[in-house]
This record gives sequence, C-alpha cells and structure tokens, in this order.
Amino acid sequence: MTKTKPNIPSLTPVESTYKHRTPTQDALRRLLHHRSAQAGMVILGILLLVAIFADVIAPYDPTAILKDEIRRDAPCIHLLGCDPAKNQHILGIDGNSRDLFSRVIFGSRLSLQVGVITMSFAILVGGLIGAIAGFVGGWLDNVLMRIMDVLMAFPSLLLAIAIVTVLGQGLINALLAIGIVSIPRFARLVRATVLAVKELEYVEASRALGGSSLHLLFLRILPNAITPLIVQGTLGIATAILDAAALSFLGLGAEPPRPEWGLMLGEERNSVFNAPHLVFFPGFAIMLTVLGFNLLGDGLRDALDPRLRGGNVG
Amino acid sequence: MLQFLTRRLLMLLPVVIGILLITFIIVRAIPGDPCDVMLGERATPAKCEAFMERFGLNDNYFVQFGRYLVNMSKGDFGDSIRFTRPVVDIIAERLPMTFELTFCAMIFSTTVGVLLGIISAIKRNSIVDTITMVIANIGISMPVFWLGLMLAYVFALLLRDTPFFIPPSARFSAGVSLTPLLKFWDIQDPTGFQKFIVSFISNFSLINAIVTGNWKPFWDGLWHLILPSVAVGTIPLAVIARMTRSSLLEVLGLDYVRTARAKGLRERIVVLKHAMRNAMIPIVTIIGIETGSLLSGAVLTETVFSLPGVGTMLVQSILARDYPVVQGFTLVVAIIFVLVNLIVDASYAYLDPRIRLE
Repeated sequence: MTKTKPNIPSLTPVESTYKHRTPTQDALRRLLHHRSAQAGMVILGILLLVAIFADVIAPYDPTAILKDEIRRDAPCIHLLGCDPAKNQHILGIDGNSRDLFSRVIFGSRLSLQVGVITMSFAILVGGLIGAIAGFVGGWLDNVLMRIMDVLMAFPSLLLAIAIVTVLGQGLINALLAIGIVSIPRFARLVRATVLAVKELEYVEASRALGGSSLHLLFLRILPNAITPLIVQGTLGIATAILDAAALSFLGLGAEPPRPEWGLMLGEERNSVFNAPHLVFFPGFAIMLTVLGFNLLGDGLRDALDPRLRGGNVG
Repeated sequence: MLQFLTRRLLMLLPVVIGILLITFIIVRAIPGDPCDVMLGERATPAKCEAFMERFGLNDNYFVQFGRYLVNMSKGDFGDSIRFTRPVVDIIAERLPMTFELTFCAMIFSTTVGVLLGIISAIKRNSIVDTITMVIANIGISMPVFWLGLMLAYVFALLLRDTPFFIPPSARFSAGVSLTPLLKFWDIQDPTGFQKFIVSFISNFSLINAIVTGNWKPFWDGLWHLILPSVAVGTIPLAVIARMTRSSLLEVLGLDYVRTARAKGLRERIVVLKHAMRNAMIPIVTIIGIETGSLLSGAVLTETVFSLPGVGTMLVQSILARDYPVVQGFTLVVAIIFVLVNLIVDASYAYLDPRIRLE
C-alpha cells in the first residue's frame, strides 16, 4: 500500500483583495461617491475660485459709477448680437449705473465670508457653552440650557432683527446677530455629545490615569463632537447666508454701495417689472451658493454621521 | 392627555418669562436715555418726567421688570411713538394679515409637501422621485423674498393677458374693502378687551367676509394671497416633502407593513392608513419647526408684496426707531411661536400614545 500524499491546499498566503482603510478614508470615500455632495462640491469649488479671482474676473470696479451707461440697461453680450459699439455688460447695468456682473462676482466674496465668520462664531461660543453645560452639569447646565431654550423660542430671523434693533444697522452687527441666533443649535449639539460620552469607560480610564478636567474635556470628549459640528456647521452656513441676505434686503444689514447680494435685491426690488435682470441675478447667486452648502451638508451628514441621516436625497 | 398638556404648559412658563425678559432687555439695551429712546423727538423735560413716572423708569430694574410683567399681562404694550396710539391697537390691525398669510402658506406647504413626499417614497428612485427631490433641494435654498419677486414678475407681468394673471401686491383690488365688524355689529364705545378682540377678528379679511356675508372681499382677498402664500410656503414645502419621504420610507420597511400587505390589503390602504400614521410623527414635528420659518417668511414676503402685516410694520418701526412697537410685536410673535410648538407637542402626543404615557 502506497502512501498517497493527502491533497492539502497550498498554504501560501493569498494576496488579500481587502484594503484596510481608516474611518477617515472611509468617510472621504463615501463623501466623494455621494451624488449631492459631488454637486455641492462642484458649485462651491467654482464659487471659491470666483471669490478668490474676483479682481481678475470682474471687468469693472463693483462700486464704480459708469457715467456713460444708461441706468438699469439690459444685459449686452457681443457674442449674442449686442451692438459692438456698446460696452459689453453681461448682466446689465444697475440702478446706480454700475456693472451688475462685477457686483455679483464680488458679492461671492462677501457671501462666503458672511457664512464662514458667523458659523465660526456660533460654533465657538455655542460649543463652549454646550461643553461647559454638559461637563459641569447641575445648576449651571440648567441655567445655560434654559437660556438656550429662550433663544430658540424666537423665530431665528425675528430674533436677529430684534438684536439688530439694539446694536444698530450695519453688516457687522447683522453678522453678530445671526451668529448669536445660531448659538443654541451648536450648544445643544455639543452638550448632547458630551453627555453621551463623559461616563464612558475610556474617559474614566483617562481620569484614573490622572487626566485633568480640561484634558478630559478637550482631548478625550470634545473630539467626538467634531463630526456632527462639521455637518451642522455646513448646513448652518447655508442658513446664515440666507438670513444675512434677508437682513440686508430689509435694509438692516450691509450698507450701500457694498456689493452684497441681498442688498442688491433690496435696492432694485421695485424695478422687478421694468428691469427683472437686476433682481434675478443676485437672487440666483444667493440660491446657488446656499444650494451648494445644503448639498454638501447633506453629503457630509450621510458620509460622516449615519445616525443623523434625515431627509437625504443621495 | 390633560395631565400631559398641564405639564407642558408648566414647562413653558420659564420660556415665556425668558421671552419677556429678552424683550424687556432689548429696549433697555438700546444706547441712549430711555426717555429719548421711547418718546423720540417728543421728549421734552416735562414729558420725560411724566413718562419716567408712568413707566416707573426711576425704580430699580427688578421693580421695573415686575411692573412690565403686570402691564403686559393686562395688555398694556405702551404707545407707539410714530402713531401716538396704543401698540395693542396696531397689533390688532396688523397681526391678522400675517396670520392669514402664514395660515394659507401652511395649508399650501403641508398638503403639497406631504403629497409630494408620499409620491416620492412610493416611487422611490424613479424619475418622479428624483425630480421632486431636486426641486425640494432648490426650494430649500431659495431666498423667500427673491421667489416672491420672481413669482410677481411671472404671474403679474408675463402672464398679464392670460387667465393665469395673479395680482402681485396689496391686500385687495381697488374698490374692494371690508366692513369693520364694530360697525357691522353696531358696537358703541367698545371697552379695551372687547375692542381688541372685535377689531382683531374684523381684520381677518376671510373671516370678516364670511361673517358679513360679503363674498367679494373674500374671493378678492384669497386671490391676492395666492402669490405671497406660495412664496412663503415653498421652503417649508421642500422640507416637509423631504421629511415625509424619508419618514415614510423608514416605516414602509417595517414588519407590520409587510403583514398588512400579506393580508392582501390594497397598497393605497397600506400606505395611507397603516404606514402614514406612524410616519406622521416626524412630519408633524417638522411642520411645527417650520412655523418659525413661515413666520419669518411672512415678515419678509409682506415687504415684497406690500401687505399691511406685522413684517412691514416691524421693519418700518425699526428704521423709524419706534421701539415700543418693535418690543410689542417681537413679544407677540415669539409667544405665538411657542404656542404653535405646544400644539405640535399635543398633536404628537395624540398620534403616539407612548409620548403621552412617558
């Protein structure tokens, strides 16, 4: 009887097709494959380029009054058959004889600044309030959160209007008002995260190892809040841009001759019937910007924090 | 249910006091002498003295706040600087317009939004779904005042000579007006509260028209409300449609829905009777939250369509530094917002017994 060698499958390791990815890489991959996030990133990318290169793109100074032009003149594009003798004004001339295209282009700078500044303010202040409330607890938590409840009891734009009443009109005050109105949202978010995490074992372990309260709060607990903050911050920028435009539209925000989209709309709202382009383009620019942030925010929510998933489109 | 409502009402108390505190602080935080701030150009030393005395501004802040609470609870909101008449009278005149606009916008956004959401959820990933959700995303991103202006341009100018013409502004067409109910009911020398209530109801164009049996202002008022309501309702519509879709999709995957289908029920019954009942809770919540956006939207849209509501009055008052009006209107709108949210709470306690028994 001959001994046959049992047919043992080769033990040489097979090259694994599975690539190990970190959670960040995973989230980034999901984000890049998310349809609305892609659309949002394209819109915002273009907008960012426009804002950075506004000086190069805009043919005129946004505040310069062009004496030779007719006020509220319709758009004149040479390629589309406009009289070559006339100066080219892609989006027409506004009520103060300024080039609308240049104003809309420069408006992108202001809009992005408005969104980012107000949200940074709200996240910093709101985050700090939420972190303290959640971490310290007790009566301080109660007092801080009741104040947040009261701020949330007002419709946000109305509260912003009331704050502007106290501070006085102007872009900076409007930004401050919108920032203050947005604080409760972030305070609640951070507080919820802190409360959910602070009793977990890894925090206890860190405390047992001698970590100070500040160390625990900022290095062990708060990093958990970054993901929801990014999502809410992005969506918050969209709201902030809309609210800032609304305040300027009402004459309570940016002052003329600043190229602010809401203000441009407000100045020309009575010419909607005879010069609709003056109302259409600034409003369209606001819509596009807000849409970009909303789409990106939706994408970020789905990619980063599946728990927050709500009425997504993706 | 009664216990639940009582508990919720008690929980509201600190919030309402907080709102009163904020409106109290707002006027006192305005830089300058309170007399100059509240009386404006009419602030002569004698008048100032009387004013400080009447509102007790010489007392400390705690006493002042206590008195403010008492005055507010009696409905004494002070006098408007610009119109030299009680703020309460102006509220009775202006608030109904904003209510009507908010109400019509809410009806529009809720019915259309829920319907679109249901269609999207049932026909998931179809063309209808994609188009609805793209429109919803655009709807959320539009500034309400821009949408209002664009609607006015399309329906009042481009479609001017067609049957689709819709008037862009004002509350009524020329020559159409309401009969004040004080006159209609022949009320002589109305007292404070009665006067407020009657003139408040009287200024609801739709209610007034029904009470007086005057149908011309009813239809005319409704016709004029179409464009502003669509403008105000579009953003909440988009939010509601998205929420309905995701909420319904979640419920449609549950076991009890499968059971209902397995029993052989028609799909329409399964969706509308079985699934929607559970899907309604997040939808009702979002409708409550969107009331804030409706109120803010109404404030903005009134200025676009020159409607005589709270929004136009508020903005004019801020620009004219008429602070008693700003204070009164801010307070009233905030309280309304809180009450709406209470109604929402009550309604999902009704929809979901678990919340009631918590």
